[in-house]
Amino acid sequence: MNEKDKNKKNQQPNEIIHEAVGEEYKYGFVTDIETSVIPKGLNEDIVRQISALKHEPDWLLEFRLKAFAHWQTLKQPTWGHVNLPEIDYQDISYYAAPKQKTDRPGEIDPELQRTFDKLGIPLEERMALSGMAVDAIVDSVSVRTTYSERLAELGIIFCSISEAVRDYPDLVRRYLGTVVPYTDNFYAALNSAVFSDGSFVYIPKGVRCPMELSSYFRINAAQTGQFERTLIVADDDAYVSYLEGCTAPMRDENQLHAAIVEIIVEDRAEVKYSTVQNWYPGDKEGRGGIYNLVTKRGLCRGDHSKLSWTQVETGSAITWKYPSCILKGEGSVGEFYSVALTRNYQMADTGTKMIHLGRNSRSTIVSKGISAGHSENSYRGLVRVAPKATGCRNYTQCDSLLLSDTSGAHTFPVIEVGNDSSVVEHEATTSKINEDQIFYCNQRGISTEDAVGLIVNGYAKEVMAKLPMEFAVEAQKLLSVSLEGSVG
Amino acid sequence: MLKIKDLHASVEGKEILKGVNLTVRPGEVHAIMGPNGSGKSTLSSVLTGHPAFTVTGGEVEFYGKDLLALSPEDRAHEGLFLSFQYPVEIPGVSMVNFMRAAVNEKRRYHGQEPLSASDFLKLMREKRAVVQLDNKLASRAVNEGFSGGEKKRNEIFQMAMLEPRLSILDETDSGLDIDALRIVASGVNQLKSKDNATIVITHYQRLLDYIKPDFVHILYKGRIVMSAGPELALELEEKGYDWIKEMHNSSAE
Repeated sequence: MNEKDKNKKNQQPNEIIHEAVGEEYKYGFVTDIETSVIPKGLNEDIVRQISALKHEPDWLLEFRLKAFAHWQTLKQPTWGHVNLPEIDYQDISYYAAPKQKTDRPGEIDPELQRTFDKLGIPLEERMALSGMAVDAIVDSVSVRTTYSERLAELGIIFCSISEAVRDYPDLVRRYLGTVVPYTDNFYAALNSAVFSDGSFVYIPKGVRCPMELSSYFRINAAQTGQFERTLIVADDDAYVSYLEGCTAPMRDENQLHAAIVEIIVEDRAEVKYSTVQNWYPGDKEGRGGIYNLVTKRGLCRGDHSKLSWTQVETGSAITWKYPSCILKGEGSVGEFYSVALTRNYQMADTGTKMIHLGRNSRSTIVSKGISAGHSENSYRGLVRVAPKATGCRNYTQCDSLLLSDTSGAHTFPVIEVGNDSSVVEHEATTSKINEDQIFYCNQRGISTEDAVGLIVNGYAKEVMAKLPMEFAVEAQKLLSVSLEGSVG
Repeated sequence: MLKIKDLHASVEGKEILKGVNLTVRPGEVHAIMGPNGSGKSTLSSVLTGHPAFTVTGGEVEFYGKDLLALSPEDRAHEGLFLSFQYPVEIPGVSMVNFMRAAVNEKRRYHGQEPLSASDFLKLMREKRAVVQLDNKLASRAVNEGFSGGEKKRNEIFQMAMLEPRLSILDETDSGLDIDALRIVASGVNQLKSKDNATIVITHYQRLLDYIKPDFVHILYKGRIVMSAGPELALELEEKGYDWIKEMHNSSAE
């Protein structure tokens, strides 16, 4: 075959697909609402101003100031397998609040209502889908939390963290920063200094939360950063399933989302935390997109407690995220199920840490990376078993699927086992999407784009099966849509 | 329905088909036989549009349309079906989802509404019976963990679902024991009608005991060197391919 034919052969499936690249980021619109934004820049006065805007108690201001002082001693980390530029932290505004035309409690500005309608997020309780309570956060503030009263009847607290600081200061103070201290890392210190809103969940002893709780994070204002802070506490024998979704407008500039999520799980309690992350990923040339730099960690403090992280990551220009479990309780269980899809020039460095401190604790890690275009997709994981934590088990399965010759898949696993009664297993595979599989589908009348969607969803099925029903359908669609134009 | 004229095709720069001519009419069964490497599987790949093969000359007309100008999926929608020699596994994709996509894409191509879930499952049940395919197999991932015989039965099941106008069975008999062969052949025979046609690619007479061909062609070195009635297959069974090779090589020199 001559060179031209070779090119033709290689390009044929690409070309079919490139015609379909038209699929744009569906959530890239901007809501036209007046927003009060504090001036750009970061210094002690800004930290004080944020705290004052939120009418915070002194102990919290002190916490912020200590974090800020510590942050100033740190440098932006460079160890991730991502090409993160030096961010100018003085060129970001740290607080932006949409001005609502209504100030009656429980009511939401019609413009914001329309925004969430467009995003498909139910904020009307009577119209809501089969029992899903929502905390809706735009830029730096929570604009609406649904079902709070009904949940309160069961003793469940579900509100924004700002309200929790005001209404339940003792609870917040007892737990805030206990799993992710502000000294943890650069972004954790930054978040602890300037965090604005996020959700607070408290499930009392013996209560099973009867509905899915969810937070929806929306960045709207330009040139701002979002600093989410979420805290979830499940007391003895409690259960909760929590979902998180995120989107942002399409812009040529990069925007920062630096979050902290802390979870505390007491004796025999269980928390399921699911994320569908669909921040704006940047355009085809890699312009714009969100920098998603987050610290998520749970402490399984109680015996036989369980924490399960499930994430579907398709958005963000750069993702730097390791939802982790500290398995302190005896027989505690940690799980991490992840699908991370990168395309165009996206870069994702994601994985988990399973720290076994309690005897007979168990953990499972299933990570499925999918890389397309010119993207870089890395799994980074740590499994550590402390010397005294005897009888522990870990199983890790780490798969990579390459959809193009120009994308990269990497794994950086670290395993440290401190005793010989524990068993740690690690399996890893890398595969390339198979031309014969695509042709088989074509021959049955299924187009290349649909075939890739089918194959990738099949590949990710094990993880998708862990998502709550309503979310799974959305996530499946998201995977297929994100893939259009990705093979080659 | 199918007119192949002087078809030339190559793979990785090597010419495999060197001028194939073949005409197939509705209701007919054609067997294509020939020694290994003569181009039998290449012919089926080229007709269905596998991207690894390059057509370097000739034309193919399918119901008046230029088949070679159509995408592989449109060739399928027009009613061309290939039962693969080596069906691939697609992990995690259930047969139900796979077939629903295939059936509904075809319906969309022909301007029909997609089948409702209940109609679709009814159709699955009905067609499964054609090849005695177990319900459990139908709910598993496409070909994943299927035995050789199950994979071939699954191919004929898909053929039943898609009701093609022209089916190419590429060595469907390879790797089948006698019972599986009977089931597969009986499936193919049940699907036969005066409106559709079948091309059976095989090395052996064995399959042709069950699927009776109207014509037998011998493909050798990229050309059809001999065509006759079903008796030719019996002759080949008895005498092997050497006499064909000899005859062809001496006449060519």
